[in-house]
Amino acid sequence: MPEESKKKILKPLKNFPLEEHIASGHRACQGCAEVLAVRHVLKAIGPEMVLAMATGCMEIISSPYPLTSWNVPWIHVAFENAAAVGSGVEAGLKALRRKGRVPDKEVTVVAMGGDGGTSDIGFQALSGMFERGHKMIYVCVDNEAYMNTGIQRSSSTPFGASTTTSPAGKMSPSGQNTSKKDMPGIAAAHNIPYVATACPSYYSDLMKKVAKAKEADGPAYLHILSVCPTGWRIPPEKAIEYGQLAVDTGIFPLYEVDHGVWKMSRKPKQLKPVADYLKGQGRYRHLDETLIAVIQKGVDEKWERLLKMTEMTGPATSEQPAQEE
Amino acid sequence: MGKKVGIEVSIAAAEAVGLCDVDVVAAYPITPQTHIVEHLSELVANGRLDAEFVPVESEHSAMSVCCGSAAAGARTFTSTAAQGLALMAEIVYIAASMRLPILMLVANRALSAPLSIWNDHSDAMMVRDSGWIQIFCENGQDVYDHIFHAYRVGEDPRVSLPVMVNMDGFILTHVIEPVEFWTKEMVGSYLPRFRPLNTLHPDKVVTMGAFGMPEIYAEQKMAHDQALKNSMPVLLEGWDELAKLTGRKYEPVELYRTEGAETLLLAMGSLCETASLAVDQMREAGRKVGLVKLRLWRPFPLAEVRKALSGAKDLVVLDRSISVGAANAPVTSEISAAMYHEPQRPRIHCMIAGIGGRDVTPEDITNMVDLSLKGTEQECHIYGVRG
Ligand SMILES: Cc1ncc(C[n+]2csc(CCOP(=O)(O)OP(=O)(O)O)c2C)c(N)n1
Ligand code: SF4
Ligand SMILES: [Mg+2]
Repeated sequence: MPEESKKKILKPLKNFPLEEHIASGHRACQGCAEVLAVRHVLKAIGPEMVLAMATGCMEIISSPYPLTSWNVPWIHVAFENAAAVGSGVEAGLKALRRKGRVPDKEVTVVAMGGDGGTSDIGFQALSGMFERGHKMIYVCVDNEAYMNTGIQRSSSTPFGASTTTSPAGKMSPSGQNTSKKDMPGIAAAHNIPYVATACPSYYSDLMKKVAKAKEADGPAYLHILSVCPTGWRIPPEKAIEYGQLAVDTGIFPLYEVDHGVWKMSRKPKQLKPVADYLKGQGRYRHLDETLIAVIQKGVDEKWERLLKMTEMTGPATSEQPAQEE
Repeated sequence: MGKKVGIEVSIAAAEAVGLCDVDVVAAYPITPQTHIVEHLSELVANGRLDAEFVPVESEHSAMSVCCGSAAAGARTFTSTAAQGLALMAEIVYIAASMRLPILMLVANRALSAPLSIWNDHSDAMMVRDSGWIQIFCENGQDVYDHIFHAYRVGEDPRVSLPVMVNMDGFILTHVIEPVEFWTKEMVGSYLPRFRPLNTLHPDKVVTMGAFGMPEIYAEQKMAHDQALKNSMPVLLEGWDELAKLTGRKYEPVELYRTEGAETLLLAMGSLCETASLAVDQMREAGRKVGLVKLRLWRPFPLAEVRKALSGAKDLVVLDRSISVGAANAPVTSEISAAMYHEPQRPRIHCMIAGIGGRDVTPEDITNMVDLSLKGTEQECHIYGVRG
């Protein structure tokens, strides 16, 4: 990692809560930015919460009975139902509070799942949770494959990534040959109060968004790109850097949709070429110039679409964030 | 004592759930369960029941919502049937293993294919091994009373298990029966507030649903098995108290005209009423036939079953589901296993009857007794089937 960026990351943040809600000593791989995302989300919410978690890496690394890494009330039921279990917790606490059977205070209910648990098998339960309007946060920690079961593709795996069930081969030069499902867009289409994308490489942005999600007057959805060194086949010490590159190349743009208003959170003057991001990742090793160009084109188009959305839905351009270098 | 009214059993059941002051109802419509949840949503909409009605997008989510809500310490209700139970089956198992007291009213219906909305017990049998308390009801009053009983037992800290109350689809759900209602005071004296040992709340941090390594899985399953078996005295206590309150006495295994019976019938659910008519007719004809009603299916009342059956020469089990490819239907298998080591046991005959809503009359039951007595032990018949 270049010296310069290291300094930037280590600079202490104002208002960065020191309290930890997921204990160290869990079993995540070295350099796992998914567990880092979880840690930041919990810090931003604080202890007054209940967390319902889907089966997946984050559940498995944290809860081998009788051990637990969780310093907040935590429940795991199954793979595809975190949104529904969270809905039940929210409904239960709401009724009990109304009837005076639990202390009269705000408890933030959070459901969390991986990209598989969210965009594939848990898709229906999530849509139900949005549509019913539960006051809770759903967090998708997206490492772009089913990592817990050995790097199989999900509908959130990007075009061109080689996984164990979308391997690159003679008949399948791209590996994954479908494009990443647009989960934030789908969430926004439910007209819920708050949707945002985030990445722990930009942790202050992430934590601000969590705080907004917590205050939302209904369901909130956070889609967090979570670099997985094991599944992406990169050195663990590069996780933060790849997260930054994903954002800076426009592969994973940071934005929010606040009551239907789309707003970019980072708008670099010039996006870096996607090749900067793809190179060095084992999952993209097979890509040639042509395929990289296909990916670049997709990113450019998506970026344009996003800008149009911000123009169409947003307030006057002067209120949009200033362009960054 | 409450008043007696003629009422559709589904509506009566929903009224009972309302009287229990449930906190969360999560359900998805499926025939023949619909009237139950429709009425509950009405109670909530009219302000007669202060609860969250969660209109989920599937039964899988219904049971998942129930898990979350029960874990939060809320009194929780759901209801389903057949395909709905099949869809939620994954979570049915988890709810029990996580010891979450939930009440589920199953309007028993046949499993597809072919699609059938009509009654049998294949849905309940499918989740037989899931570790829920399973009770089968004979009539409307029975269903109504068991709503209170189920919450009392399931939520008891000595038990802490979900309870499945089974009522035959259409045969019970859609008929109007006389039901004696409970008063609020009766419910208040019978059913204490739900006070689970652990709940999901930041004031006391717990982890629920940790995964089990091979070193611990078997121990956890044994604990679950013991908990289910240990629910027996609490079930009995609940029935005793219910009898004091209402004068109606329920038991795990109930006997009807079994004195001196050489041939016994064994049935579950509403078929017990039909079978008792058949027994009356056969007794009138001078035949020594009696009926054993199996109310409690899980925990299996082993001692009570052995005691009830060992004196007979022949036992005809009326099985309302089929275990395709198995040596026997589910209830017969279980009964046969229970009786195998008994020094004195009846010849056991399996009669699969009334599946997919096929009507069973008292005459059919007499016929089944005749057929069984002609045949040999352990033969498994699908009664009245066209070849
Ligand atoms: C119903 C069901 N199907 C399949 C599985 C197996 N399974 C467990 S975790 C998992 C993948 C999780 O992927 P994701 O949600 O992306 O989370 P990650 O592990 O990548 O963080 C799968 C397929 C399961 N537990 N339950
Ligand atoms: S496989 Fe990936 S997501 Fe899972 S613990 Fe390891 S680094 Fe984290
Ligand atoms: Mg994943």
